[in-house]
Amino acid sequence: MSYCRQEGKDQIVFLSKEDYDKPPIGPVPDENEDDDEPGLIMENGDINWNCPCLGGMATGPCGNEFREAFSCFHYSQDEQKGSDCYEQFKGMQECMQKFPSLYDNESGADMDAIAEEEAKARSQTTVDDGEKSGDNSVNEADDKSDAETKS
Amino acid sequence: MLASRCCRQFQRISPVLREFHTLRPNSHKILGKVIKIVLILVAIISFYHCKPISKAIRFSTIELESQASEDETSSSDADSSAPSEAQEDSQDDDAPESSLPNHVPYLIVGAGTAAFAAYRAIRSSEPKAKILLVGQEEHLPHMRPPLSKELWFSDDAELTKKLKFRTWNGKERSLFFEKEAFYCSPSDLMELENGGVAVVTGRKVIKLDVTNQTAYLDDGSEISYDKCLLSPGGRPRNLDIVFVAFLMFRISGSKKNMKVYQVFPEAGNMGKVLPEYLSKWTMEKVANEGVEILSKTSNCKIDCEYVFSFILFLQISVDHIIAAVGLEPNTELGKSAGLEIDANLGGFLVNSELEARSNIWVAGDAACFYDMKLGRRRVEHHDHAVVSGRLAGENMTGARKAYQHQSMFWSDLGPEVGYEAIGLVDSSLRTVGVFAKATSEDTPRAAQQAGVKGQKEEIAKEPEVVETKSIAESEDFGKGVVFYLKGKQVVGILLWNVFGKMPIARKIIKDGEKYENLSEVAKLFNLYDDDSKN
Repeated sequence: MSYCRQEGKDQIVFLSKEDYDKPPIGPVPDENEDDDEPGLIMENGDINWNCPCLGGMATGPCGNEFREAFSCFHYSQDEQKGSDCYEQFKGMQECMQKFPSLYDNESGADMDAIAEEEAKARSQTTVDDGEKSGDNSVNEADDKSDAETKS
Repeated sequence: MLASRCCRQFQRISPVLREFHTLRPNSHKILGKVIKIVLILVAIISFYHCKPISKAIRFSTIELESQASEDETSSSDADSSAPSEAQEDSQDDDAPESSLPNHVPYLIVGAGTAAFAAYRAIRSSEPKAKILLVGQEEHLPHMRPPLSKELWFSDDAELTKKLKFRTWNGKERSLFFEKEAFYCSPSDLMELENGGVAVVTGRKVIKLDVTNQTAYLDDGSEISYDKCLLSPGGRPRNLDIVFVAFLMFRISGSKKNMKVYQVFPEAGNMGKVLPEYLSKWTMEKVANEGVEILSKTSNCKIDCEYVFSFILFLQISVDHIIAAVGLEPNTELGKSAGLEIDANLGGFLVNSELEARSNIWVAGDAACFYDMKLGRRRVEHHDHAVVSGRLAGENMTGARKAYQHQSMFWSDLGPEVGYEAIGLVDSSLRTVGVFAKATSEDTPRAAQQAGVKGQKEEIAKEPEVVETKSIAESEDFGKGVVFYLKGKQVVGILLWNVFGKMPIARKIIKDGEKYENLSEVAKLFNLYDDDSKN
């Protein structure tokens, strides 16, 4: 059984499992509405270069080359997506080779994660919402050590 | 009142404190030793206040954290190749002072979290931007929270030496936002076709000429800029008064076999944040972890070389003191720049776009900004540095966006309680806390309970007040959500052992809707779902 009590200005409600399980009565916020933070791919299909999921890829010393390659890949209409982006990827690779300590295996993993993000975002444009929270967790994990402290 | 007017003393009996003070630069095992404590309570009447003396131990979160990072960098030099390389590189960079550019398009004063978020945002919207950071610290921009969380808790000493830590999902991660190679040399900055980010470490901007858009550094160099961000952070507060300590929880939870005292002026833990009942409940939890809590204790003096007469003379000898007393925003530049400082909250006054004047923005601890939803604010949290830094960066490249995305903060209070919070989380506000009921149904409580079902309306309008001691004592605030209210508007939300629900909390504050029945709204916060804590 739920109950409620008041301590000065503070109200304390203990909600029983039984009552919790009942659908909310009255107006409550729409849980499924998008948060104001876009993911990697914005609603209009453009790339959000400020997405924390990109880490430093788009802003680092090879940011420009990365953006050219990734844009090409993202907007590629080729049957085998991205196969028309050889030059751009070559340019990116060449730049990255100049910064071995920055673009090592670890950032290779980053690239995988970004590709995953991109794929997920693409599938989401049709499905949407369900995965949104997962999307955010990627963002937040990257941007702050917030999620990381939860062990 | 009497108690707060009296000078309760922390007086060392042994010279250990002074030793610690001098040892500190070389010691990163702040928590390593078992703390021996002698506690003497003497009651003598007086209203005597000691003067703070210059040698009183003065350091707080920030200094401690930067200290820790310095310690650990220096200790890691021998073991890890990466930092020593970094060292050499930065020496190269430092060599000729004249290598600083005379002019940069983007100048960022400070090299902390807000600076990081800002340069990333600037380069995101302007891919070839040239950005110069000037920071007082000797280190490249790095995260602060792990310094008092993961790096303290870590059992992996080797990893800690390398200034790395494991994230919740086991991934190894560096304390530094970016590796050395990410940044270019300040002398190259203006030459690079694709621009870049350069960091000048160990330098301070001492004067800002806003009219001529020029910054003056402590080494005599002058740099003119097109756009400038002030993200200077803060400096440690003096330890005259003991404030509520976010940090202390993390310490008390970190090591066994150690006697820990926690001292603060509030009635309970996190007393300025948590409603009183939750604060007291938390205090019991912390006490159960073996922490000796001295609440309502203010005007503490440390290492005071006086002969005292006090009302309550509390004397504790300890090996180490960790002061988590917060910071003062760095606003010295305000004078030369002619920028207004908020009289109440401190920090540079900026508008909702974080702009102080034309081409000057402020982010992080030192920004006293206008939140169109919640009013004028200044926030000292990591996520705020990220959010405000990013917003300032976006606006510096012409976004003209107002502060809308609320930042959050989080804290873990030992093993059993963790929380996340957003908005105005101030214990002086009216609150409605909705908690999952503990599973054990005990009869004395059940007798006085009324179902929420039959009570729906009353909860919002006229709650049935059931104030029985036995109930209060047996209540377990294990999991819940607390709404902080101004009138009927939710202005802050605390997620108590509820995780992954920040987006909905953020939305509630953003929308500013008034909800009649918050226990219904609480159903959106998985109070009973299996622990979503990863």
